[in-house]
Amino acid sequence: MARSLILVALISLLPFLSASSPSLESPKGRRVLVLLDDLAIKSSHSLYFGSLQSRGYDLDFKLADDPKIGLQRYGQYLYDGLILFCPATERFGGSLDQAAILDFVDSGHDLIIAADANASDLIREVATECGVDFDEDPVAMVIDHIGYAVSDTEGDHTLIAADDFIDCSVILGNKKIEAPVLFQGIGHSLNPSNHLVLKVLAASPSAYSANPKSKLSNPPSLTGSAISLVSVMQARNNARVLITGSLSIFSNRLFRSSVQKAGSSTRHEKAGNEQFLTEISKWIFHERGHLKAVNVKHNKVGEADEPAIYRINDDLEYSIEIYEWSGGSWEPYVSDDVQVQFYMMSPYVLKTLSTDKKGVYSTSFKVPDVYGVFQFKVEYQRLGYSSLSLSKQIPVRPFRHNEYERFIPAAYPYYGAAFSMMAGFFLFTFVHLYNK
Amino acid sequence: MAASEASTATSFRHAFGGVLSFFILILIGVLAFSIRLFSVIKYESVIHEFDPYFNYRVTQFLTKNGIYDFWNWFDDRTWYPLGRVIGGTVYPGLTLTAGTLWWILNSLNIPLSVETVCVFTAPIFSAFASWATYLLTKEVKGAGAGLTAAVLLAMVPSYISRSVAGSYDNEAVAIFALIFTFFLYIKTLNTGSLFYATLNALSYFYMVCSWGGYTFIINLIPMHALLCIVTGRYSSRLYIAYAPLVVLGTLLAALVPVVGFNAVMTSEHFASFLVFIIIHVVALVYYIKGILSPKMFKVAVTLVLSAGLIVCFAVVAILVALVASSPTKGWSGRSLSLLDPTYASKYIPIIASVSEHQPPTWPSYFMDINVLAFLVPAGIIACFLPLSDASSFVVLYIVTSVYFSGVMVRLMLVLAPAACIMSGIALSEAFDTLTRSIKFQLPGNSGGNSEANAGDASSASAGALNDVIKADKAEETAKERPSRKSKKKEREPVEKPQRNPRNERKLLVLPFEASIVGIILLVMLGAFYVVHCVWAAAEAYSAPSIVLTSHSHDGLHVFDDFREAYAWLSHNTEVDDKVASWWDYGYQTTAMANRTVIVDNNTWNNTHIATVGTAMSSPEKAAWEIFNSLDVKYVLVVFGGLVGYPSDDINKFLWMVRIGGGVFPHIKEPDYLRDGQYRIDSQATSTMLNCLMYKLSYYRFVETDGKAFDRVRRTEIGKKNFKLTHFEEVFTTHHWMVRIYKLKPPKNRLRGKAKKSKSKTSSASSSKRSGKRTRNPWQ
Repeated sequence: MARSLILVALISLLPFLSASSPSLESPKGRRVLVLLDDLAIKSSHSLYFGSLQSRGYDLDFKLADDPKIGLQRYGQYLYDGLILFCPATERFGGSLDQAAILDFVDSGHDLIIAADANASDLIREVATECGVDFDEDPVAMVIDHIGYAVSDTEGDHTLIAADDFIDCSVILGNKKIEAPVLFQGIGHSLNPSNHLVLKVLAASPSAYSANPKSKLSNPPSLTGSAISLVSVMQARNNARVLITGSLSIFSNRLFRSSVQKAGSSTRHEKAGNEQFLTEISKWIFHERGHLKAVNVKHNKVGEADEPAIYRINDDLEYSIEIYEWSGGSWEPYVSDDVQVQFYMMSPYVLKTLSTDKKGVYSTSFKVPDVYGVFQFKVEYQRLGYSSLSLSKQIPVRPFRHNEYERFIPAAYPYYGAAFSMMAGFFLFTFVHLYNK
Repeated sequence: MAASEASTATSFRHAFGGVLSFFILILIGVLAFSIRLFSVIKYESVIHEFDPYFNYRVTQFLTKNGIYDFWNWFDDRTWYPLGRVIGGTVYPGLTLTAGTLWWILNSLNIPLSVETVCVFTAPIFSAFASWATYLLTKEVKGAGAGLTAAVLLAMVPSYISRSVAGSYDNEAVAIFALIFTFFLYIKTLNTGSLFYATLNALSYFYMVCSWGGYTFIINLIPMHALLCIVTGRYSSRLYIAYAPLVVLGTLLAALVPVVGFNAVMTSEHFASFLVFIIIHVVALVYYIKGILSPKMFKVAVTLVLSAGLIVCFAVVAILVALVASSPTKGWSGRSLSLLDPTYASKYIPIIASVSEHQPPTWPSYFMDINVLAFLVPAGIIACFLPLSDASSFVVLYIVTSVYFSGVMVRLMLVLAPAACIMSGIALSEAFDTLTRSIKFQLPGNSGGNSEANAGDASSASAGALNDVIKADKAEETAKERPSRKSKKKEREPVEKPQRNPRNERKLLVLPFEASIVGIILLVMLGAFYVVHCVWAAAEAYSAPSIVLTSHSHDGLHVFDDFREAYAWLSHNTEVDDKVASWWDYGYQTTAMANRTVIVDNNTWNNTHIATVGTAMSSPEKAAWEIFNSLDVKYVLVVFGGLVGYPSDDINKFLWMVRIGGGVFPHIKEPDYLRDGQYRIDSQATSTMLNCLMYKLSYYRFVETDGKAFDRVRRTEIGKKNFKLTHFEEVFTTHHWMVRIYKLKPPKNRLRGKAKKSKSKTSSASSSKRSGKRTRNPWQ
């Protein structure tokens, strides 16, 4: 009995939880599968892996063609995140394939993809499925003859010092990234109509994507700031994907390297890579920018219980609690732009909710003079935050037969007419009958 | 002494006749009830068709929640998201009747379920209706005609088709109310009793509660009153029969929420008020005529006429201006399509799309009223011999109802009682004449005796004293008009002697053999009618339409696909999920599957229906967007191509296009027709082959027989192998008659520029539902 009660309670809570995937309740000890082309990467990129492990992630390193790879067993996912540092892999081992990776994302898990020059079709196709198109030329790299990183040897300017970050503290953290990020790899482009992907690190306007070793015969297909170096995708189910065309951006070498952007006099002791990638991996693994909405409540003004149906012109109160995951606990989310719609095919009421800074957002309004099946809708989509999309159906009925006004002043002439008619008829009958 | 003996014999005979009629009436009731049970015996005790399911659901609500909640019921499970105020848009008569029956039975500790009560309401009320027919015809032509008419009505196929057990629709009780109202009107007209006039108003109120067809009453009775006035038959009885009905009836009708102010605002009711004014003017004229000398009267007439005409013109001008300001001239669409049979097909496709709103074919007259069609003219002639107020009423009734039945096949139902009354009168008169002739010529019977017998026989059938008075009065009124009197006299030899003992004329006597043959022929005619009615009740009109059967060489097949689909919906979908289908299936979906629907058979919002029609006629993506904006989760289509069920959605599809195109002009009917022909084979237009309805109907159809042969359209379909991108099939019933699709959610990810081969995409998505897809031969 107690167990079934708990079950019922859980089921009734499900609508509130659906915005946040359940694993987010305990991000500690999250299991991440890292697939590598070569186990040497484990040591050459150890700084990055170390930062993840220090934040409590349980990394499971496997070779990409390991025949024992499997993302799920008995229908349960074994991992909560996947890092693909295997740009050259044409085929995964085990049961893993492109469809399995996409299903992994579609069931709400996070993914980091690092491609590189000569990235395999498999990696490219996974990226395309996530809305990112790598340059089709397999040997092309991003070249920037103005924004390159100054190094000892005058190279081919494929090592770029990029500092065109997205202006979003939710994704990149509150601390400004001072040093440019060193990037060496292939560029990709995003479809402007695709609102799910974001360009986190864009190339400078002088960059282009071409084969650095050959002479440029025809104009490059990707040029300028249309080239994205690092992109993130937040799927509709709030799964987050990081895609970059460079594996070396994660490497210890670039983490430690000092950087001076060409044309700039300041030389930073340390490239921005570590800060940039650490912050962005916090976002990818939902340590930041993840909202949940709970305790959606509505009631008539002056009552506490939630009614099954409203009447037109009722005054009602609506409240919702929104919290943000801060990496360790759910903190109240504070903002002044959360709106609720009272919606039936179009919003009849659109109100901005006021917050008490403790996570509770509330408002009150009058039900419109229209009956029908309405919805309380909260559609909250802000850059970097997971999207909140809640709707709760509530019917609105017209007046009952005894809820109308009984005596209307405008009708008094009619009442008068009716009663005077009755009196007149009575008098007439009386006179007619007894006047003989 | 002899006289008293004769009178005791007569009264004994009357008593015997009364008891006999009583038992005959009981038997007629039993007949009317039992002939409608074929559907329960052959199928099962279920509610039939579409509208009855709504009535059943409403009755369930009523019995559960009581009358006040029913009155104020706002139904949020239909017409999503608009909802429907059931209490204010439904004719509550049927529901309240069945609810009361159920309540009475339960308080008597007879624990019948609501469904059982609903199933048997119609047969019970058809017994009532035949008794009401008896009463009405008795008022017109005597008890013999009454009994004959009651027998005929008890089994007239047209009425059976609407009142078999399970056909729980408004008409089931409304026909009884209609006939009973007419009876009370005639009764008041014959007696001039205010008591009956009040009852008449109450009965009219019951009719208003029950069916929109009450406008027939409120137009027919004024027409008859006007006819009486025009033909100089005005009497105080007419006034008592008419005026209280209009006043009380209108007040009572305005109490029914669904009618409300329509009772005084719409043109349907206008005739009654006009005649109400006229009858008062006439009454006033008669009164003044009585108190003034003829000369003074003439002066008064000229004075009043000149003043009255001016007032009349002013009133008429105002009325015309008011009425003309409304686009439909104040008439509702359904009434207009009755007055102008081409109106609906021109302007309101939603009315024209209903098969029962089409004009009937000639065979349907034979099917529905059978031999009555031939007896009606004889009955009309009998009604003119002599013409009384009552018989002129039934003549008017049959004439108008014949017209209405010619406009809409559904209104055959209104014609059926009139035809039964007329045929009852005709048969009864014929039997009267023939048996009298035989009796007259039987050896051993003196002429005088047989005449007395004949008189008795007819008076047993004619409600004795009443009729005598009536006939006298008819004669008196006739005397006032010399021109009519001469005509009357010509008829008297035929008719009067039976009724009027003062006129000792010779009776119409036919030759003996001719009478015998005539009787035999009439009995055979009757037998043919009975055989036809039983056949119609058993075979043609008992199918509940949610369960279908078909006979083939290997036995009986039962298609229970509808209930299978609704059961699937109720077990496999969330309670608040919305199901979209064409409106025909709305009532059934809410009642049987308990799921919210977008549109249903109460077609009150044309735009909403047009939206669904547009979605069905659009390509998949546009349709998905329309449905998604309406929060639809599942789409249900009815498909008969596999088993040859002709009333499926593909056959209804042109109406969806028309109704959708009426509101959303980008849907154009010619796009779906190839050279004006509706086809789904390889010659069909690409718009047709790509619309949602085609795709949902024929998805995977090629897997059934390999060449996708549609048995309804008798052709191979045009496009056989295709995939659905925005919908996925979730359920198809055993015989493929109902197919349910689910809207796919919006894509979790948006793909980049699709430059790679498509095969990879499909393999990516197919893994999610590989079980179903692997059976597809084209993969």
